[in-house]
Amino acid sequence: MATAAEEKPVWRHRTTRAQLTLWAGWLCLVALFVYCWQVMTADTIWAFVADAPRQAADIGSRMFPPRWGYINELWLPLWDTINIATLGTLLGILFALPVAFMAARNTTPSVMFVRPVALFIIVASRSINSLIWALLLVSIIGPGVLAGIVAIGLRSIGFIAKLLYEAIEEIDETQVEAVTATGAGAAQVVDYAIVPQVLPAFFGISVFRWDINIRESTILGLVGAGGIGLQLQASLNVLAWPQVTLIFVVILATVVVSEWVSAKVRHAII
Amino acid sequence: MLRVTGLTKTYATGDKALADVSFEVPEGQVVGLIGPSGAGKSTLIRCVNRLVEPTAGQVHLGDLEITALSRRELRRARRRIGMIFQEYALVERLTVMENVLSGRLGYVPFWRSFTRRYPPGDVEKGFALLDRVGLIQHADKRADALSGGQRQRVGIARALEQDPELLLIDEPTASLDPKTSRQIMRLVVEICQERALPAIINIHDVVLARQFTKRIIGLQAGSVVFDGSPEALDETVLTRIYGEEDWTAIRRRDGEDGEDDEDEREREERLAGLV
Amino acid sequence: MSDTAHPRVWRRPPVLIRDRRWRYAIYGGALVYLIAAVGSLEVNWVRVLEGLERGWRFIQGFLAPDFTTRWTDISQGLVESLTMTVTSTVVGVLISVPIGIGAARNIAPRAVYLVCRSIIAVSRALQEIIIAILFVAMFGFGPFAGFLTLSFATIGFLAKLLAEDIEDIDEAQAEAVRATGASWWQLVNYAIQPQVMPRLIGLSLYRLDINFRESAVIGIVGAGGIGATLNTAIDRYEFDSAGAILLIIIAIVMVAEYSSSYVRKWVQ
Repeated sequence: MATAAEEKPVWRHRTTRAQLTLWAGWLCLVALFVYCWQVMTADTIWAFVADAPRQAADIGSRMFPPRWGYINELWLPLWDTINIATLGTLLGILFALPVAFMAARNTTPSVMFVRPVALFIIVASRSINSLIWALLLVSIIGPGVLAGIVAIGLRSIGFIAKLLYEAIEEIDETQVEAVTATGAGAAQVVDYAIVPQVLPAFFGISVFRWDINIRESTILGLVGAGGIGLQLQASLNVLAWPQVTLIFVVILATVVVSEWVSAKVRHAII
Repeated sequence: MLRVTGLTKTYATGDKALADVSFEVPEGQVVGLIGPSGAGKSTLIRCVNRLVEPTAGQVHLGDLEITALSRRELRRARRRIGMIFQEYALVERLTVMENVLSGRLGYVPFWRSFTRRYPPGDVEKGFALLDRVGLIQHADKRADALSGGQRQRVGIARALEQDPELLLIDEPTASLDPKTSRQIMRLVVEICQERALPAIINIHDVVLARQFTKRIIGLQAGSVVFDGSPEALDETVLTRIYGEEDWTAIRRRDGEDGEDDEDEREREERLAGLV
Repeated sequence: MSDTAHPRVWRRPPVLIRDRRWRYAIYGGALVYLIAAVGSLEVNWVRVLEGLERGWRFIQGFLAPDFTTRWTDISQGLVESLTMTVTSTVVGVLISVPIGIGAARNIAPRAVYLVCRSIIAVSRALQEIIIAILFVAMFGFGPFAGFLTLSFATIGFLAKLLAEDIEDIDEAQAEAVRATGASWWQLVNYAIQPQVMPRLIGLSLYRLDINFRESAVIGIVGAGGIGATLNTAIDRYEFDSAGAILLIIIAIVMVAEYSSSYVRKWVQ
């Protein structure tokens, strides 16, 4: 090996060992993919898959033209959808505020006990999609708009609280110190030093979540939680494809409009 | 009157920031606290109002032992101690007037501070103080719309709105240009004279400290190594505080500063209203 | 202190909307909307009250979950969800990369750019659930439809962010490589790949996490996975099994989030 050191060094992109690790990593990934593919498609009926293009063409031909006259039956569900999103967001905000303050390291009453509880609420709320929350709530309090509102609210808690507590942890502590030094009480410190610093972030997060909620509330009706999704479910059940097309168009338009509104509002605030 | 006896602070990390610091500040005296970075200047003034909890020792403000107070009593004591910060520490997104009125937070109940309905006397005093520091026309602006010198003036007004019996001033000029620094120091010293307020000014600029204070305390590695008049602050003392360095430049600059001080002062005062 | 009298009252200037008329109009409008929205709620309070008892049973089920009774169903659903997540993320990433490069304005020809951008727009506009409904109708029930749904949704998410990253790269580095007379492929390989690779890995892991969460949902419309199991459990009012499934989902999401943040730190 003594001669090797005297030889001119050969330039390599990576060292041999790193190269090997990299290849082994890729190999593992490919093996995992193949294995997962096998397991997943074990029960797949390939005849259906092969038949899919014909099915697609068939459905496509039935979907057009959309049944425009159906629109008059969609206004009320659309109004419900918007209400589910808006009231649900408000409900979420109401609960997210205390949770965020309990989760932020610099405002929590107790790092040992309260903070973990708040973090668990955030994770639980975030991991479960609003459609699953809706499924649960429809089964508990019955179908209708209320289940949708509560579902959207429960899902929003985690989202808003997570982003808000991160904003609270990033505030400028010297401002808090200055207000504390005047002899202010805890509530006054929050009001004067913390709230002004996180208010723009809070509005931004809320509007952003409202935009997402509009999107999600359009489909809550699939499980019976009110809104335009109910009409979608009904139309799908009777295979009324021209109505389904129109509902898709209305959903798409609502989502585009809400995205535009949310972008405008966020722009105005920040 | 402020009396500090045997003040010691050891941080949880084991760093000793203050070691047995004792001194007194009588009525109306402005004390300059100098020392290298990390000498414990900022810890010392924060121990006085217990923003940092001292490990040992006592702080007396008049007859009140601050270090023996409960949380609730501490709040009441803090409102008697005004504090002015490095980098101003204003609440940037609130208006200038809200920042000034926040000096009354220790006096008013929560609902008043929340609805911003302060007692008429507090509001009147706020306006008078803004007038005194030359910012009355900026009362409704947001604090982050002001320049550095202006923000520090708001910081001064906020501290005075508390009707303090003591001012703690932490590097008031750290982020200001030399001219604005002098204006701010002059304002602080004048106000202390007007109200016979004792003050401790934490300052890294030795020239400024000598020019504006009557007494200087030198801190080195958490201990007081000098306590006396600015005139007694010679090269040996500076070396004791900061370590070996060529100090002649500081002394020369200091001399030049004194000569045209009167002139400059007049010019500055005219400008102060415009800045 | 000067002797001039100072005002004794001060009102904070309005924070958000300066103009008085606009302020009243917007606040008034918001109030009217809220009243109308709450007024139009049709709530069957009797049904809600009856439901409270069931809600209590759900909370009990959540606190004392039952993993064993339906374990075969749960494990099958989990395997479907997990395999669906992995395969769809891999396929989605593989398709996203060329589309993402094609949708970056600074390196793609105009025609390619437009085509790739419209693919992204379509994928983003349609939600997973709606795509799943269509794919289930075409390909039949089961995880294969779910796999297609998630792959399709991954494209919109990943290709868009990738394209934005490529558009944001340091032009100076690309310029330097171009100056050596490199071809387009060499440009992508030398100037762009090193800059966006860590981000791409980070985003793929993030998408893996999202795909798992979504795989729990699309089962509700028949696209396989744990969502179908959950749907059945809730339909049968078996809240202890449902609680077990939800806890498993939360646990997997937590593990995925924690490990992906670890891997992302390691990559960068």
